[in-house]
Amino acid sequence: MAGSVVLHGMWASPYSKGVELALKVKGIEYEFVEEDLTNKSEALMRYNPVHKKVPVLVHNGKPIAESLVIIEYIDETWKEGPRLLPQDPYERAKVRFWTGFLQQQLFGPMLSVLKTDGEAQERAVKEAQEKLKVLEEGIKGSYPGGPPSINGDNMGLLDIVGCPILGAHKVLEEVLGKKFLDQEKYPRVTSWVKALTELPLAKEAMPPHEKLVGLFQFIRSRALESAAA
Amino acid sequence: MDGVKLHGTWASPYSIRVKWAMKLKGIPFQYIEEDLFNKSALLLQHNPAHKKIPVLVHGLRPVCESMVIVEYLEEIWPQYPLLPIYPYERSVARFWVKLIEDKSPNVWMVYRTVGEEQEKAMRDSLEMLSILEEHGPNKGKKFFGGDNINIVDIAFGGVAHWMGVVEEVSGREMFDAEKFPRLHAWMGNIKSLQLIAENLPDQGKLCQYLACQREKLVSSSSQN
Repeated sequence: MAGSVVLHGMWASPYSKGVELALKVKGIEYEFVEEDLTNKSEALMRYNPVHKKVPVLVHNGKPIAESLVIIEYIDETWKEGPRLLPQDPYERAKVRFWTGFLQQQLFGPMLSVLKTDGEAQERAVKEAQEKLKVLEEGIKGSYPGGPPSINGDNMGLLDIVGCPILGAHKVLEEVLGKKFLDQEKYPRVTSWVKALTELPLAKEAMPPHEKLVGLFQFIRSRALESAAA
Repeated sequence: MDGVKLHGTWASPYSIRVKWAMKLKGIPFQYIEEDLFNKSALLLQHNPAHKKIPVLVHGLRPVCESMVIVEYLEEIWPQYPLLPIYPYERSVARFWVKLIEDKSPNVWMVYRTVGEEQEKAMRDSLEMLSILEEHGPNKGKKFFGGDNINIVDIAFGGVAHWMGVVEEVSGREMFDAEKFPRLHAWMGNIKSLQLIAENLPDQGKLCQYLACQREKLVSSSSQN
């Protein structure tokens, strides 16, 4: 399956990174267009007129938006190479459930923890901890054999989504100066994230730690400034 | 083939989506009406993460989240396909399902809130309708799925029906026929399908139920 593959993304976006990981797992050659989110390209606005957001995959001139939708498209279109979603429909349902959870339920609170302080931050931390607890129980119930993975060394959809979102916990902890992912409270989540971030693909593809720290610090200080204004 | 059970509630648009999908596909199932104030042990066991309906139980396997369930049904029971065949068209359908999932909770917030919160919920609900009206993939078609309903019709159908009730209960107009003519035409098409019309909750009963919920929520928030 040849053809032109262009990904409009942003280096620090976990949604964008997920699509990149998917392309790399499949061994698909692609052109990456780094979008400046404060000055979005005309092409991005044209390819995603509804949301005007990254990531957008453009395959042979046709745009696809929404990271999970893009990743399923990649899996369905490039059938050679490792599977991104499991074959069994029930396992697929589990993966779809948990990837939805990571994106919709966990990421938001993590961002709030970064952008707030005082009481607001305490509330955000509490919410994030509740979600981590659900995830911990979920891994225990849905993947009793250990960290979820479908291909041994290859990342599956759940890993692809989990790695950028949860892998950022170290950055968050450095910026805040306190622990976020407690190994004792969330042993399964912790060991899964550790396994993911140790993978050669993660080491190659994840944004550099220091660069993310700088960005998170900037996001935090800007958010706190505008809250105080 | 293992038995299929659906844990749902009559007043939930999420529940109804799954019901529609199963009836369209002719899947025999047992329906279990849950009392959300007294959830069954089975429900809590099958959806420990969210403790919410709908939950599909196929044999012993629980599947949660209405649109995850619909995709699961699609994969096991391919009759009356709810997704297009080709990956690109499938991605378009899934894009719209995601948009509806992300934005439709604003509709519930319209009857669950007052004041500034309600204003925001109204703005966001109207934005969703505007986007669907302008960009929705049903241009020149009877349904989002073309001549037959598909996963997008199922995702939005429940939301649209409930919107009418939310309008009545909250006294706020959202689904204006002049502002959203294409969506209104689509709604008419959806409701003209016997299977859909026969599987909608009674409007009066739903109004009473939501009005009651609104009263409890609004009075408890004004006491804070």
